[in-house]
Amino acid sequence: MLEEVGTTEQGELVINVGPQHPSTHGVLHLIITLSGETIRKVEPHLGYIHRSIEKMCESLSYRQFIYVTSRMDYLSSHINNHGCALCVEKGLQIEVPPRAQVIRVLMNELTRLASHQLWWGAMAMDVGALTPFFHAFREREAINEIMEETCGARLTMNYIVPGGVMAELHPNFQKKVKEFITFFKSKIGEYDELVTDNVIFQNRMQGVGYLSREDAISYGCTGPTARASGVSCDIRKLYPYEVYDKVQFEEVLETGGDCYARYLVRMREMRQSMSIIEQLIDNIPEGDYQAKTKAVLKLPKGEFFSRVETARGLFGVYIISEGGTTPYRIKFRSPGFSNLSALDHMARGHKIGDLVAIMGTLDLVIPDIDR
Amino acid sequence: MNNDELKLQLSAILPSAVYEEGTEWLTVQADAAGWKDFARALRYTPGLEFDFLFCLTCVDWKTHLGMVYHLTSTVHGHTIVVKSKLDRDQPVIETVCDIWRTAEFHEREAFDLFGVRFNNHPDLRRLFMTDECPGWPLRKDYEDPVNMIKL
Amino acid sequence: MASQQHTDQTPFPGQVHPTAGGGIVISKLDDIINWARSNSLWPLVFGTSCCAIEMMSTASAKYDWSRFGFEVARATPRQADVIIIAGTIVNKMAPVLKRLYDQMADPKYVIAMGACATSGGPFFYNTYSVVKGADHVIPVDVYIAGCPPRPEALLHALISLQEKIRSGATREQIKEEKG
Repeated sequence: MLEEVGTTEQGELVINVGPQHPSTHGVLHLIITLSGETIRKVEPHLGYIHRSIEKMCESLSYRQFIYVTSRMDYLSSHINNHGCALCVEKGLQIEVPPRAQVIRVLMNELTRLASHQLWWGAMAMDVGALTPFFHAFREREAINEIMEETCGARLTMNYIVPGGVMAELHPNFQKKVKEFITFFKSKIGEYDELVTDNVIFQNRMQGVGYLSREDAISYGCTGPTARASGVSCDIRKLYPYEVYDKVQFEEVLETGGDCYARYLVRMREMRQSMSIIEQLIDNIPEGDYQAKTKAVLKLPKGEFFSRVETARGLFGVYIISEGGTTPYRIKFRSPGFSNLSALDHMARGHKIGDLVAIMGTLDLVIPDIDR
Repeated sequence: MNNDELKLQLSAILPSAVYEEGTEWLTVQADAAGWKDFARALRYTPGLEFDFLFCLTCVDWKTHLGMVYHLTSTVHGHTIVVKSKLDRDQPVIETVCDIWRTAEFHEREAFDLFGVRFNNHPDLRRLFMTDECPGWPLRKDYEDPVNMIKL
Repeated sequence: MASQQHTDQTPFPGQVHPTAGGGIVISKLDDIINWARSNSLWPLVFGTSCCAIEMMSTASAKYDWSRFGFEVARATPRQADVIIIAGTIVNKMAPVLKRLYDQMADPKYVIAMGACATSGGPFFYNTYSVVKGADHVIPVDVYIAGCPPRPEALLHALISLQEKIRSGATREQIKEEKG
């Protein structure tokens, strides 16, 4: 129930964490009931960045609403745009040319790498290690530069549009991506030396925040959070889209279910993403980068649902159209929303320091949750 | 199981269900009154076992409100969509929090933005908006001349 | 070198007369105080949405903002000088922002980073919960355009704030002069 900040009758302390707090990764307000330093209950309060995106999209056209999704989960902005473009293409039955499909998958995997790098730096900073933050951002800058040359922006790129991609690749793209992959391969060993094999880090992460397989499915968790509990839910494998069925990569599963397992899943996913990029970067087919579409898009009456795998989990776009130029109702199924609902279950019985470690490994981006 | 086999099995469980044509996944229209039993059957019947609720939406059709549940099974791999019509002035439906724990937050969001009441929900209060917010923001007749600037 | 240029453009305010035994410095107290304040502004850790990532990029090794004195980013408003509003402010967050601003000690400065904090940005039309500009809540000194602005734009804004403080044109200083 609603707890007021203070002391309850049982002598338990109720305190606030956030909304302005260095480790909440955005504006998340948690009300924690403590007995001593042990957590009895965690209650998230949301809405501090609720920007009424679903209402706003009801008055935007089908080409315009895509830019807004870049800003929802801004660390996987390409993948969010991709989900929206897939939904619109499903409704209009547009065939995307092969060159555009490969470019889209390359951009997705680069974005996934950048998101996991930032996750690694920010999570290490929360747990107390300040140095990995600078390492992570140094590599992220390399990806941002590659994106900037082709897409024009560093963070919120509106590059993937219904029909293909917005512009041709920059001539330096292939060379720079290959250089980046060689550079990053040598650095990812550093990541393991600094953090993964560190005894203090392992003690903080192992055995903390256990989520069983049944609970992960019941709470609707997806992405690395669920894969660390053994749930096979990678959309790229279950319902492949674009060229994901033509590249070789493995779905990373762990059975530990604790924070360390979630950490290991993401580290291995970074390696899988690099392998996908290596397979595709030399084999980009020639052709158009965008299919011919009308200037004003009108979806037929009906409902369309598309699913993509962002760095955080399953992102769903559900469009209900009444035949006009703007959607009647759009619902964005965000991965963080369901992952956050498992936080209370995972954190009970632990200390506050463990709560920070659990939130770090859940990889929450609050604007994605609040929409 | 593909759509036809699912349809056979579901008609046995809920004979009064109506099926929509021409959709990607099997879409079932169920009555709001019998929703809880139908949900339990979907979750626990061997062969169906829809254990993953991945999307819970509310839609404002101007004459009534509609609830849409997207369910999939991690065991068998099939997906269905269950829809339900609710009365616009008194939208009430049973909660499914005890069957799928993810519904707790999703139902709070539907209550906050549309005003749908869920019976037996453990903690039904507003999620995104402040408690003083008058009205239900995502309904089509929501007017807010102070905050909303129309294009 | 770039750092040499910076100190050349902002020399110590006042006249230094070298004499035996050290030297004599003649200056106005206001100038010295402004010079000291502008070169050690400590930002508050406050980022709501996407602009926070560009702010973190500015803090990291490539666009390092600690060369200009913004080394220590404090988590508590009691020890911070400047609040960089990076992200959208919504109706539920506005009282929190006002409380943080009130908790900061004078002299304090505000930078509105990005289109959302300046005017509501992409969320201007048809939204029921966004505050159309952070200056509806607290007074702002410097605005930065962009969605999100590049790290160089944020650095330019920080340097402009420093120049504004040195020239005595911030709201605080005007209020003090008027008495």
